[in-house]
Amino acid sequence: MELLAFGDTGWGDELFRATLMTIAVSITAMLIGFSFAAIFTPLKLSKYKSLNIVGNIYTTVIRGVPELLVIYLFFFGGSGAIMYVASIFGYNEYIEINAFVTGSFAIGIISGAYSTEVFRGAIQSIDKGQFEAAKILGLSKFSQFYKIILPQMLRLAIPNLSNVWQITLKDTSLISVTGLVEIMRQSYIAAGSTRDPLFFYSFAAVLYLLLTFLSMKLINKLEVKYSRGH
Amino acid sequence: MDLGLMISSFPKLLNATVVTLKLLSVSLIVGLFIGLLFAILRLNKNIFVNRFAYGYSYVFRGTPLLVQIFIIYFGLGQIESLRSSFLWVILKEPYWCAIIAFALNTGAYTSEILRSAFQTIKPGIIEAGKSLGISTKIIFYKVQIPIAIRQSLPAYGNEIILMLKGTSLASTVTLMDLTGVAKYIISTTFKPIEVFIVAGGIYLFMTFIIHNLIKFLEKKYQH
Repeated sequence: MELLAFGDTGWGDELFRATLMTIAVSITAMLIGFSFAAIFTPLKLSKYKSLNIVGNIYTTVIRGVPELLVIYLFFFGGSGAIMYVASIFGYNEYIEINAFVTGSFAIGIISGAYSTEVFRGAIQSIDKGQFEAAKILGLSKFSQFYKIILPQMLRLAIPNLSNVWQITLKDTSLISVTGLVEIMRQSYIAAGSTRDPLFFYSFAAVLYLLLTFLSMKLINKLEVKYSRGH
Repeated sequence: MDLGLMISSFPKLLNATVVTLKLLSVSLIVGLFIGLLFAILRLNKNIFVNRFAYGYSYVFRGTPLLVQIFIIYFGLGQIESLRSSFLWVILKEPYWCAIIAFALNTGAYTSEILRSAFQTIKPGIIEAGKSLGISTKIIFYKVQIPIAIRQSLPAYGNEIILMLKGTSLASTVTLMDLTGVAKYIISTTFKPIEVFIVAGGIYLFMTFIIHNLIKFLEKKYQH
C-alpha cells in the first residue's frame, strides 16, 4: 500500500495526475472526433457520389488500420507536416508539437471514424416524415437540422456513442508509446523504478475499470435525459 | 513521396505480415474455445458460476489490451513460484505472452457475442427437440450451437477485424509483426507517410478479405 502513498515516498499523486491526463486526452480526442464526424457524416449522407467516396475512404481506412500505426504516423510525421506547412509561409525553424496535441489528434481521428458511423446510422434511422415535416414548416435549413433532426439524432446516437467513448478511453493507453504521461506511461515508469510491474499494471487495470464504470453510469443518466417521452 | 522506399519496404512488411497472421489465427482459435466456454458458463443457473463468467468478460472488455499484455509479459515473471514452474517455458516468450493476452481478450468479446446468440434462439426450437425425445445434450450440440454460430457471424466478423488490429500491440513486447517492422522502418528512415501507406494497405487488404469471407459464410448459412 505504501507504493501508492502520496508525496515523495509513493506513486499515489503521480498516478492520480496520470489518471486526470487520461481523462483529459480522452475528452479532447472525443471532441476532435466529433468535429471530424461533423465534416464526414454529411459527406457520407450526401447525394453526390464523389463526396460519399471521400467519406467512405475516411471511415474504412481508419477503422481498418491498427490504432498504433495511426499513432506512429502522427508521432513521427506530425512535426514534419507542420514544418512543411510553416515553410510555405517562410518559417524554417524546427517545430516540435507536444505529445498531448499529437496524441489527442491521432486518437481523435480514430474516434471520429467511429462517431461518423454512429451519427450516419442515427440520421438514417430517423423517420423520413420528420425531414419532410421540417421542410414543410418553412424552417430555414439551419433550424430544420438544429431544432428537428439534431435532438432526435442525439437520442438515437447516445447508446452507440457510449461504445465509442469506451473505445476512445481504452485507445488513449496507446499514446503512452509517444511518452505522454498518462496512466500506462506512469505505470511503466513506476514499474521500472520499483521493479514491481505486476502491482502497477494491475493497478492501472483497476483505474481503467473504474473510469469505464463511472463513465457508463454518467452516460446512462444522459440516456434517460434524452429519451424523455419515449 | 519516396516510391523507392515503398517498393523496397514492401517485401519486409510482407514477411512481417506472416507473424501478424500467425498471432491472429492462433489467438482466434484459442479465443473461440474460451469464448464458447464462458458463454456456456454465463447461461448457467448457478449464480457464482454466472457472476464469475460475467466478471471475466467485464474486466477484459473494460481494460485496454495493452494493460493486459503488460501484466502477462512484465507482471507474471515477478511471481517466484511461476518462474520456477514449467509454465515459465511459455511465459518467458513474448510470442506466447502476446497470444495468451490476445486469446483472453478476444475470448471475452466472443463470449458476449455467443451468449447473446444463444439467448436469441427461440425456446420453441428447443422444446420441439425435447418433444421429439432428443436428449438435451444432443439438442445443445446439434441445434443450439449451429444456430448460435450462424446468428453470431456478423458480430464475430467485426471481432476478427478488431483482433487483427489488436495484434499490432505485439510490437510493444518486442515482437516484429507488421506494425513492429513498420515502426522500425519509420524510425530509421523518417518517412512515416510512405511506410504508413504500404503497411496500412496490407492491413486494409486483410480486412477486406476477412469482411468478404464472413459475408460469404453468412450467405452460405442463410436459410
